[in-house]
Amino acid sequence: MSRVDYNVRAGSSTTSVKIKSFWKKVLMYSVCTLLTIVSIFPFWVLFVNATRESYDIQGAFSLIPSNYLKININSFFTKSNIDVLQSFFNSLFISSTATILTVYFSSLTAYGLVVYNFKLKRAAFTFIMVVLMIPPQVSIIGFISFMMNLGLMDSFIPLIIPAIAAPATVFFMRQFLQSSLPLEIVEAGRIDGTSEFGIFNRIALPIMKPAIATQAIFCFIGNWNNLFLPSMILNSESKRTMPMLVSILSSERYRTDFGMVYLGLLITILPMIVVYLFLSQYIVRGVALGGVKE
Amino acid sequence: MAISDVKPTNASDINSDKIASSSLSKYKNIKAPKKMVSYSKYGYFFILPFFAIYAIFSLYPLLNTIYLSMTQYVKPVMGPVIGPKFVGLSNFKDIVENNRAFGEFTIGAFRNTFIMWSINFIPQISLALLLAAWFTNMRVKMNGAAQGIYKVMIYMPNIITAASISLLFKTLFSYPKGPINLLLIDLGILDDPFRFIETPTSAVLIISFINFWMWYGNTMIILIAGIMGINPSLYDSAEIDGANNGQIFRKITLPLLRPIMLYTLVTSLIGGMQMYDIPRLMAGDVNSTNPANRYIKTVTMYIQELVARPGTSRNYGHSAAVSVLLFLVTATFSIILFYIMRDKDAIKQRKLEKAAKKEAMANE
Repeated sequence: MSRVDYNVRAGSSTTSVKIKSFWKKVLMYSVCTLLTIVSIFPFWVLFVNATRESYDIQGAFSLIPSNYLKININSFFTKSNIDVLQSFFNSLFISSTATILTVYFSSLTAYGLVVYNFKLKRAAFTFIMVVLMIPPQVSIIGFISFMMNLGLMDSFIPLIIPAIAAPATVFFMRQFLQSSLPLEIVEAGRIDGTSEFGIFNRIALPIMKPAIATQAIFCFIGNWNNLFLPSMILNSESKRTMPMLVSILSSERYRTDFGMVYLGLLITILPMIVVYLFLSQYIVRGVALGGVKE
Repeated sequence: MAISDVKPTNASDINSDKIASSSLSKYKNIKAPKKMVSYSKYGYFFILPFFAIYAIFSLYPLLNTIYLSMTQYVKPVMGPVIGPKFVGLSNFKDIVENNRAFGEFTIGAFRNTFIMWSINFIPQISLALLLAAWFTNMRVKMNGAAQGIYKVMIYMPNIITAASISLLFKTLFSYPKGPINLLLIDLGILDDPFRFIETPTSAVLIISFINFWMWYGNTMIILIAGIMGINPSLYDSAEIDGANNGQIFRKITLPLLRPIMLYTLVTSLIGGMQMYDIPRLMAGDVNSTNPANRYIKTVTMYIQELVARPGTSRNYGHSAAVSVLLFLVTATFSIILFYIMRDKDAIKQRKLEKAAKKEAMANE
């Protein structure tokens, strides 16, 4: 009797658990789907409005694309005196050179800190840890007055050369090297008569490829999206970067033609959307790696 | 401290000596030409570029900023430059004593930045925690492919140029015929268009929302990684003990996740204090007369405004003083973070030492 009773109770409880977990699943999927829609919604409205006529945009809200995209593109490239291509190549140039410098020299520094045992090794690493979180914004006034003295205002150099010293990237590379560079390989290279820099370039760098790829993606995105420093350093029109172009779009001059503003915005976000389309897997994985720092 | 400093050095030196001697041991009659060549000095060459560039382009500007913060240094629109003339701490005194427009604006900028950061962070960490718990739930499992798509979509706003996103929201919320106003009137929620960007409360809320929307995906992924790092046997034994989901989350996940949550808190706070792109674009032209601008002006916006507002004098001394305050605030948070992470590192160092010792023993 008691045995049967027990079975009945167990049975009913598993069904209730099943029902419970079914409704929980419904809740989870609907919340996540809703959040996905919230992520896409502004960009979808942006895209739709870039394909509509300025008059229509102000007339009614719509989620269905219209057929004014071509006309908007034409008027954007003829009427506005915004040189998108120039800005695109400026951003591309600054971001790629800065990224190359950051990943190469950070790898170099991290390698030096992992492979060699010199007197100031610990002090050097502690220093990097200390300055890791200091954002460059806090020293901007000293930086600008220094650049004025050097005559480097309105030049790309202040945006590129400092990329050689990137404490956060060094930190990440060091963690990676410690777990994946066997010191025996370095020894083997020495026995083969390879020079110290040769060992780094030909043996260590290839091993570091996955870490370099992750850091390069984030470094590039960070440089591409940067607005503060370029807007303080650059002032001639031909040197504008893509985010600076957005500030131009926001000025009163373009306030009247909404189709053009939306199209301009679409153009500024398109490169990052394309990058994300191809690299989203790596990017999401990279965030997880960088966060735990293990 | 001193002992632990020396130990790893010894351990790996022994290690490399071992390898060298074992490779030479076959040729015992051949005298080793020079004893082990010491490669240690090469370390300095490898780290030199970093430190040289850091000293020139970051450290010197930082010290320069600190010096300038103690000077009177003004470039008027017309006439000669005043200063830099050393005035001690008088710039800071103006701030602390809330003197004149300068002190008032500085304190206001710090307050605005902190308010906009806090409004974004509390919902950000809560939602990220909820989603992280869902994505790692072992009992009610979500489909793996669906999870991947959700993660990618939720993270997406984070990589898109913040300036573009800000102008996009500003245009969406614009008065009187922006898409949001049109939609809300269509739905009957509003009778007349609302000035979202020109009303302080709504402008602050929109900026906070953009920050939240851009960053909760990032926080979520970090928290998921943290939960995945927790020893699974803890969950197994909790399950055997008959703990329910809520209990497991409260008694195992949350306490073990605390360091990572602290890490997200501090990095978010440091990043939040530099907030610039979003409120900058929201505020529009430097000469814009938007009444909400007083409430969305952040610290970095004010630092820039003091030296780069067209048609007014440029006050480098004041701007540097605000920068130094921002530096002090950031440094305080950094020190907290440094202590959190340093502990971890020490543990790792000890592990490495042990491993090196073991290897040395095995080679014997």
